[in-house]
Amino acid sequence: MAKNTIIPFGPQHPVLPEPIQLRLVLDEERVVSAIPVVGYVHRGLEKLAEQKDFLQDTYLIERICGICSFIHSLTYSMGIESMMGLTPPPRAQYLRVIWSELHRMHSHLLATGLLADSFGFENLFMQLWRTREHIMDAMEATTGARVLLGTCCIGGVRKDVSEELLKSVLQTLVTVEKELDEHMPVLLNDYSVKQRLCGVGILDKQVAYERGAVGPTARASGIAMDLRTQGYAAYGELDVEPMVETDGDCYARTKVRVRELYQSLNIIRQAIGKIPSGSINVPFKTKPDGEVISRAEQPRGEVLYYLKGNGTDMLERLRVRTPTFANIPPVLAMLAGCELADVGVIVISIDPCISCTER
Amino acid sequence: MINNVENITVDNLLDKVASKMPLGFRFVTMTCVDCGEHFDILYHFDKNYELSNFRLSLKKGESLPSISGLIFAALVVENEIQDLFGVKVTGLVLDYEGRFLLTETAPERPLCRVPGVMMVEAGKPAEAAEVK
Amino acid sequence: MFTIIGNVFKNLRSKYATRLYPYEVRTPFAGARGKLEIDPDICIYCGICAKRCPANAIAVTRKPDKTWTLDPYRCIVCSYCVEVCPKKCLHMNPKHRSQE
Repeated sequence: MAKNTIIPFGPQHPVLPEPIQLRLVLDEERVVSAIPVVGYVHRGLEKLAEQKDFLQDTYLIERICGICSFIHSLTYSMGIESMMGLTPPPRAQYLRVIWSELHRMHSHLLATGLLADSFGFENLFMQLWRTREHIMDAMEATTGARVLLGTCCIGGVRKDVSEELLKSVLQTLVTVEKELDEHMPVLLNDYSVKQRLCGVGILDKQVAYERGAVGPTARASGIAMDLRTQGYAAYGELDVEPMVETDGDCYARTKVRVRELYQSLNIIRQAIGKIPSGSINVPFKTKPDGEVISRAEQPRGEVLYYLKGNGTDMLERLRVRTPTFANIPPVLAMLAGCELADVGVIVISIDPCISCTER
Repeated sequence: MINNVENITVDNLLDKVASKMPLGFRFVTMTCVDCGEHFDILYHFDKNYELSNFRLSLKKGESLPSISGLIFAALVVENEIQDLFGVKVTGLVLDYEGRFLLTETAPERPLCRVPGVMMVEAGKPAEAAEVK
Repeated sequence: MFTIIGNVFKNLRSKYATRLYPYEVRTPFAGARGKLEIDPDICIYCGICAKRCPANAIAVTRKPDKTWTLDPYRCIVCSYCVEVCPKKCLHMNPKHRSQE
């Protein structure tokens, strides 16, 4: 009779950029089930947000995540705006799209780079992160900061971008596309990479739906779900299609991210081509009152904000459901039955963001 | 302001939630809000980008039946609510017993709203913070 | 199996992607948020920046002495104070604090 062993995976592990522990129940080399242990980076940001006023919260909310920070503040601002009945001017909406997509690109490059690192392809990891650096520079040039852009505010954006800078962003995109064309065949066609990714960590479409998977994890399992198609910010005027793969394995999730990188390039180009001139924010005097749910598509999937105001400066409740939080139950399904050596690759393939999850 | 909200009670919670899944709804998440005398617990479901919600009003001190037996994905969020609000969730498929997000030295029920008390000190719950 | 070989040879021939920091420092982008600076001659010590700061990094006193203090370790460099200052005496220096 086989005896089950429990092996702790993490919280400190070479493939994990952030601390999460998985207690793996093993039958010899095969994982029977996994129990997640979180709470290593819980900071109580939801509580802190209740003690700051709603304008200060914009900057606090950005610090939930160090990767998709802009989209956090964007979703929060959209929620407050719908509470107060504000409509940001079109130029602000387009700038929001441009920065969101730059964030998506740098996040996907980071995720695919970490994935390459997790199966031991350090050369590719370095190449992808070098490409990512061009995008970081584009963000710093347009906003003044690399990651925590701090440019989204309630009623629009805080900083306008000049025509020359937008042209330089287009220049950056040309460089990035050239480098992507070089690296992506390595990631997608290399024999050894395929050996590590194909057929590993399969998430069935039905399981993905039952366990509430979101983002690239859901799209790789054949669920065509992308909130950008709902046309928040200026996405309604741009051409956005959900990138769907059907295999549901690690390779499909990587392929979805690669296709989204090219899609983001395309969206930024469309947005820069169509961006109208005009003001960048609307003034307001009201205070948030009532309840609202605001959702947006982050690089990792759907983020949900529940906001409750009471007509004062302080919000009564701010709740964030981040994409990785929703992707924990699906990853447990993927891990059941896999080899111990594949655990790292599977966990990284959902692009986990633990700081987001625990807030 | 939130569309598609249906008020439910603790008694018909499990039936209502069970009726959602076969209709093609995806479980999004739950939200717990401290409303002073009671907790508002919202269940969010999504179908074709359209949210549909249940609102459950739970008196403080009452326990909440878990839906994780029906929807496994609710497990994480129910454990989180149990940690942050001190709501006892019964019938969890995997119960962390209040140690999911918080550690032994963390403040207890940090998201509970108590007039005049911002945060309950670790280990010694303030008198005003006692759940009725 | 050898798909990255071309890239390896290309990298051998090309320049370094990194700089020899701190001997070689990149000029900061115009408008970058490096560090917060104040022009004390214009400041009226109204305390709005201290009240609005999301990180409570600024302290302003009027009595007995007029002082304006910034805790650089708390500052999150969001430049919200720059925006709300009624006298526009605060500004962001694109140079980061460590570059001195």
